[in-house]
Amino acid sequence: MDFSLNEEQQMLADLVARFVERQCDFEARRVSAASDRGWSEDNWTALAETGLLALALDEQYGGLGAGAEEMLVVMEAFGRGLVLEPYLASALVGAPLLQRVGSAQHKEHLLPKLATGELRISLATLEPQSRFDLFDVSCIARETQDGFRLEGRKSVVSHGDSADWLIVSARTCGAQTDRHGISLFLIDANSPGVIVRSFAGLDGQRVAEVQFDGVNVARDALLGPMHEALEDLEWAVDRACFALCAEAVGCMDRLIELTVEYLQTRKQFGKPIGTFQVLQHRVAEMLGLSEQARSITHYAAANLNGEHDDRARAVSAAKTLVGRAGRLIGQHATQLHGGMGMTDELAAGWFFKRLTVIDMTWGDSDHYVERYGTLM
Amino acid sequence: MDFRESAEDQAFRLQVRAFVERELPTDIRDRVLNFQHLGREDYVRWQRILHQQGWGAPGWPVAFGGAGWTAAQRNIFDEECFTAGAPRQMPFGLSMVAPVLQKFGTPQQQARFLPRILDMSDWWCQGYSEPGAGSDLSALRCRADVSGDNYVVNGQKIWTSFAQWANWIFCLVRTHSEGRQQEGISFLLIDMSTPGIQVRPIKTLDGGHDVNEVFFDNVRVSRDNLVGEEHKGWAIAKYLLGHERTNIAGLGNCKRFMRRLKEIAASTQKHGRPLLEDVRFRDKVVSIEMELLAHEWSLLRLIDQEGKGQGKGIEASLLKIRGSEIQQRLTELIMECAGPYAVPFVPEALEGDADIDTANGRLLNALAPHYLDWRKISIYGGSNEVQKNIIAKLTLGL
Repeated sequence: MDFSLNEEQQMLADLVARFVERQCDFEARRVSAASDRGWSEDNWTALAETGLLALALDEQYGGLGAGAEEMLVVMEAFGRGLVLEPYLASALVGAPLLQRVGSAQHKEHLLPKLATGELRISLATLEPQSRFDLFDVSCIARETQDGFRLEGRKSVVSHGDSADWLIVSARTCGAQTDRHGISLFLIDANSPGVIVRSFAGLDGQRVAEVQFDGVNVARDALLGPMHEALEDLEWAVDRACFALCAEAVGCMDRLIELTVEYLQTRKQFGKPIGTFQVLQHRVAEMLGLSEQARSITHYAAANLNGEHDDRARAVSAAKTLVGRAGRLIGQHATQLHGGMGMTDELAAGWFFKRLTVIDMTWGDSDHYVERYGTLM
Repeated sequence: MDFRESAEDQAFRLQVRAFVERELPTDIRDRVLNFQHLGREDYVRWQRILHQQGWGAPGWPVAFGGAGWTAAQRNIFDEECFTAGAPRQMPFGLSMVAPVLQKFGTPQQQARFLPRILDMSDWWCQGYSEPGAGSDLSALRCRADVSGDNYVVNGQKIWTSFAQWANWIFCLVRTHSEGRQQEGISFLLIDMSTPGIQVRPIKTLDGGHDVNEVFFDNVRVSRDNLVGEEHKGWAIAKYLLGHERTNIAGLGNCKRFMRRLKEIAASTQKHGRPLLEDVRFRDKVVSIEMELLAHEWSLLRLIDQEGKGQGKGIEASLLKIRGSEIQQRLTELIMECAGPYAVPFVPEALEGDADIDTANGRLLNALAPHYLDWRKISIYGGSNEVQKNIIAKLTLGL
């Protein structure tokens, strides 16, 4: 086994580190988060110029054909930089899912534009009642004479307000929680009947509630096999979870660095507070947790393109441990910063919030402990 | 990055697995898998089987009769041996005093002691801790005064594992008492049959007897038995702590306990169903299995870093802490499997030959003592709190 970056991966790591250094200044991020879109057009252009938007796409569509290891490198760096842009949602989840299930026509039409950043795409699958269950789908797609008509509502769609296209799970037969009878549809976000309401998440990133009020789409909007979309959905969400884990590892590293710097410089009782053993042991615990998070994320990377059960187990383990570690590290960091940790002024608080959100995105620890248990 | 086990390592794994399956005596295996105590002869028997295969010293260089394996191979070997139910190789000779002799010993000392460690003609024990020197090891007071060609040793050691079986002990002794307390410590080899040595057993929570007090009363030791320079023993002690950092993770034990937990939980009933299918219990098993996966990958990462001279220096301490926590959690869950039947305390069950009519006794009587016994691993080898001090010092630099 070899955990070092090869030459190409090192170049990629340098590239993303430069992007983070140049484009992810914390005060600039504050301004971007407060803007209409909730992220920076300038950063998006820079991402497009670096080619990173094409990371996970096949070469024939202008992509780099990268694997789990490359996703790991990029997302870890983006975690350190608290990147706001819809990179994960569009470039690592939406576009690769379209590449997996889309028709040749869809792919030729859309993937090159997704690769250059001209377009963005988000996956809309959770619903007000579903929590994290991908099979709990009440949004309905009824066959019409020349296509389908969608009715229903999707919740907490990551960057749903910035997406030009949506991939939507909808029920084409069966009862609300049947594993069979779910299909995927590619929908133009500007179609009549699509209503998008956007919210800032507690980490500053945007999420949307998307309503489909009788949205008519052509027959070719159906992606992949009719009624049998669950496996593809799980595939996409496992990738999303893996990418989130990698991002969280970067967040944890940076948050621990910030905390260590604070303990080294903040003085009370005439000495740096980092000399107090009770605080030192919290730091040691944080390092133990980030180590655990990094290792299980590597394990997930090793299994991301493996057999279904191997992938599911590995991603479930990673998402669980990373979620728990992120919570504890965030809580410890806030405590160790004392009153300053409660202020909106420091970057530390935003790492805490991002880690909190990562835990509750696409399935929390309880969800993945349960999933792992069924596969054990 | 390449996360696959190499073809060579896969082949090596199969080779080790086949060997252990063929050669491990079933009586030893059964005792190990049922958490029972092994006798001195069990350890010696297994060591000699390994030695005959040329696998007696996985960590030694070939020049001294070692297997000459890579760190990855040693890890595979450990994992296969432990999960199959082989006894651990006693570390006191093989991976404590031997590396010290190889690094600091004279050719005469190497020739005299190393072969007898390989075939376990000698059983070594470790004379480090004292009543007043635990985590603060360099506060030790056991004295060795020069008298002609000899040292005369006076003092006491404590927590000495298997001193009752040992015929040699390596000791940290004070040869000089001025200056910093780390200075003036020497590394001395002492024959346990020398007049003036007394071994007293310490009975532990599980009813077992592994650890002892060792008393030295005017014990005369040849100056030929000094290792390295006089007064420079602290450097040797530190070298030993830094040696074989990857062993500290306890991965083999973790995996064996994990496997046993699932087996026992699958064969135990709750509400008429296997305990392992009970959601409340299963979730606990899942959580610890996830932590074990992460722990294994932390070790794999450390092995890779060791070969490349990378790392921040805190990794081994992190592994020690996590590895001990996981093992303790597993012994706890294994005991939970027994439920109320864990209550009868039957120390004889640990010896394996008792036929005791408690409920489900044969399967369950050893589980609670094993849980109690395993509380030791977050205390010995540098307590978890000392490990956290080390991590914080290296990280904060304060």
